[in-house]
Amino acid sequence: MRAGDELPPMEIEITRTLIVAGAIASRDFQDVHHDAELARAKGSPDIFMNILTTNGLVGRYITDFFGPTAVLRALAIRLGAPNYPGDTMVLTGSVEDVDGDTAVVRVLGANGIGRHVSGTATVRVPPSALGGTS
Amino acid sequence: MSHPLSRPPSRPSSPSLYDQLGPLLAAFEGRPAVVGGAGKDPVNEPMIRHWCEVLGDTSAAYAGPDAVAPPAMLQVWTMGGLSGHQGRSAAYEELLALLDDAGCTSVVATDCEQEYLRPLRPGDRVAFDSVVESVSGPKTTKLGTGYFVTTRMDIRVDGEPVGTHRFRILKYAPAHAPETTSTGQKPQAAPTRPRPVVNRDNAGFWDGVDRQQLLIQRCAGCRVLRFPWLPGCNACGSGDWDTVEACGDGTVYSYVVLHHPPFPAFDPPYAVGLIELAEGVRIISNVVGVPYDKVRIGMPVRLEFVRYEEGRPALPVFRGDLPAEVGA
Repeated sequence: MRAGDELPPMEIEITRTLIVAGAIASRDFQDVHHDAELARAKGSPDIFMNILTTNGLVGRYITDFFGPTAVLRALAIRLGAPNYPGDTMVLTGSVEDVDGDTAVVRVLGANGIGRHVSGTATVRVPPSALGGTS
Repeated sequence: MSHPLSRPPSRPSSPSLYDQLGPLLAAFEGRPAVVGGAGKDPVNEPMIRHWCEVLGDTSAAYAGPDAVAPPAMLQVWTMGGLSGHQGRSAAYEELLALLDDAGCTSVVATDCEQEYLRPLRPGDRVAFDSVVESVSGPKTTKLGTGYFVTTRMDIRVDGEPVGTHRFRILKYAPAHAPETTSTGQKPQAAPTRPRPVVNRDNAGFWDGVDRQQLLIQRCAGCRVLRFPWLPGCNACGSGDWDTVEACGDGTVYSYVVLHHPPFPAFDPPYAVGLIELAEGVRIISNVVGVPYDKVRIGMPVRLEFVRYEEGRPALPVFRGDLPAEVGA
């Protein structure tokens, strides 16, 4: 694990089911995440993914790569272009900094209309797990 | 102190309105947003499993006897759900209502910054407090113009800090919503009245309104009646109180006629009365049943509840009677 290492991209199909199920699993009942008609009344072309689901997907992207013994210490994300149904988001990441057993990974999530998410994940990776990932 | 019923809505149609809001909004910085919040459910396996199933997260860390919760679920344990947020401060409700009334009725989350100090395990019960860190000046975005509100939450289990959660939302006036298009083709959504600002201090009043009762607070210490609702008695300082239902009779103590500026959902000119109830306290509300220019000080009025909008409570207003015309 070195600064500059790239994580393999992960593709996420943005289905209506994922958006709605993600909103409900995160107990977010804002209508813009499940009701297309009300979403349109608020100026959005359709329902869109909530931030908790995006946060969860970024978390999964990191721990899928570093393995179950890696421990997420921090996630900081900013949302841009919304994830609407029918789109695909591609998550990419690169190791920005390594300090001992802790890495800071820059994460980007691009969809068909732009950059959905950008941010950083701080993850502690036990030395035993390093051999398999670097 | 103005009564919520009397507060007109305003729209962010001009930059000057935004400028006026600025100092009001800045006053909320540093004030608590949530005090003494508690997770509605303990950290639990079913919610963890549902989350992992939805996100396709198959990590072994989140299943089995030593399971921990996915760290990114941190905020989930603090969510109010359909039954609403508990512990939200009156200040935060006021801030959101102020933005709602400025036309910034839509919300979108833009930033989430979390630190995970230790893993959460099934059985952990989270407690949390949060403060308003900052409120931005007006920002024009693709969605519309609005304000960024940043809160910082500290989350604990049994007094031990387990995480921090900084969250930024954009409260905005939709730029492309049907009610703001000027095509004239689509039927425009009727503008809505400002919603009541309900907080711990006045929830009893609005509960009464829901039952079509006008409730006056009565100090349990010195029995003095008070309105609008307050947390304590101005006469003796007691914080204990009960309520008296207004009999409904009153007189116009004073009034104004609103001509300008016009506000959406209201149709000027109309009379806003300061009504002295038979019980002796005064309330601001509309005077109905009498042309605006025929309302007079001393005019007897009678309480009634009028539902102006579907899905919202009927509101207490006061019906006047025109004196019989001479010779009519």
